[in-house]
Amino acid sequence: MLGKKARSRIIFLIFLLTATILVLFIVLKSLEENVVYFFSPTEIYNKQDVSLNKKMRLGGLVKKDSIKYSETSITFIVTDLKNEIIVFYKGALPNLFAEEKGVVAEGKLKDKKYFIADKILAKHDENYMPPEVEKILEKTKN
Amino acid sequence: MIKDFFPSKILSIDNRVFGILIILLLTIIIVALIFALFISPLDYIQGDSVRIMYVHVPASILALSCFGFIGLASICALIFKIKILPLLAKSIAPAGFVFALISIITGSLWGKPTWGTWWAWDARLTSMLVLLFFYIAYLSTWRFINDFQRANKISSIIAIVGSLNLPIIKYSVDWWSTLHQTSSITLTSAPTIHHTMLVPLFIMFFGMLVFSAVIFLMRYKTEAIKLKLRKKKLTNK
Repeated sequence: MLGKKARSRIIFLIFLLTATILVLFIVLKSLEENVVYFFSPTEIYNKQDVSLNKKMRLGGLVKKDSIKYSETSITFIVTDLKNEIIVFYKGALPNLFAEEKGVVAEGKLKDKKYFIADKILAKHDENYMPPEVEKILEKTKN
Repeated sequence: MIKDFFPSKILSIDNRVFGILIILLLTIIIVALIFALFISPLDYIQGDSVRIMYVHVPASILALSCFGFIGLASICALIFKIKILPLLAKSIAPAGFVFALISIITGSLWGKPTWGTWWAWDARLTSMLVLLFFYIAYLSTWRFINDFQRANKISSIIAIVGSLNLPIIKYSVDWWSTLHQTSSITLTSAPTIHHTMLVPLFIMFFGMLVFSAVIFLMRYKTEAIKLKLRKKKLTNK
């Protein structure tokens, strides 16, 4: 079934695919920082070469009872349940921005504890359910 | 049964059969859309925005599956020179391309009210865009290269290299931090979509699958006719 020609074509394909996979792997590895869309508070906490005043994204959950509105701005805490960062933001908020829900903040780190955002995105999780079901879940949680 | 897919058999399918299939298809799609757009419940966070998911998710799954099929067919065609495979791959490609386009457009429409942006260069969205480019490259090769064997060789390489992108798309949300959410339906754990939403999703997926099958058959019949013409040209020369 596997003639000589078929065998040489298989070898060519294996070579081509291996080469492409290697190239892809090298490219993705070297782009590591840029492929990741955001850093979690723990990742920022652990980073050695944290670049202050360089544009980056911070992601996590909005900590419960941490949102404080002032006249023009808002501060809240982003947590990944291990570490926290305070975020300061002036501007419009997406509709889905809420406590205990995912958020991605784009902006600059003032220091490892304080982030100044110029854009806020709400991150949706993988749960989908009707409001009635959610009410029942809330009841059983409490 | 495999013989039923041979070009000569396909040519014998009367065009009226396609008419019946299209009516069947439209019925399924209309039922699916009524379920998805009207009967299915609101989401507890998104409200009505969740309804885009019923189009976006099946389109994305089909866009990936079609390209996977094209990649697999291209590998086998390249190694074993099975003549029917490039025709099968070529026939499913336009449907896959349209689904990839629908996936990106509906995704963008969903992203604006939900995330707050039309687009983000995260791993999932970027790799889907790369898939779209591979579809365009694959279809362009067949469209603009007139010699069948040359087009076949080049498009096969494009399909095989592009297939390496497929696991990247699928696992992008697990391998890297992305804006796009992780999978709600997995092989290893229970779905995080409530069953009242899962059912319309499956019906929509089924409807779009039937749509792909009908488009595939229509294109495949065209390819069979073209094959016959090519054979005639070769013998008449």
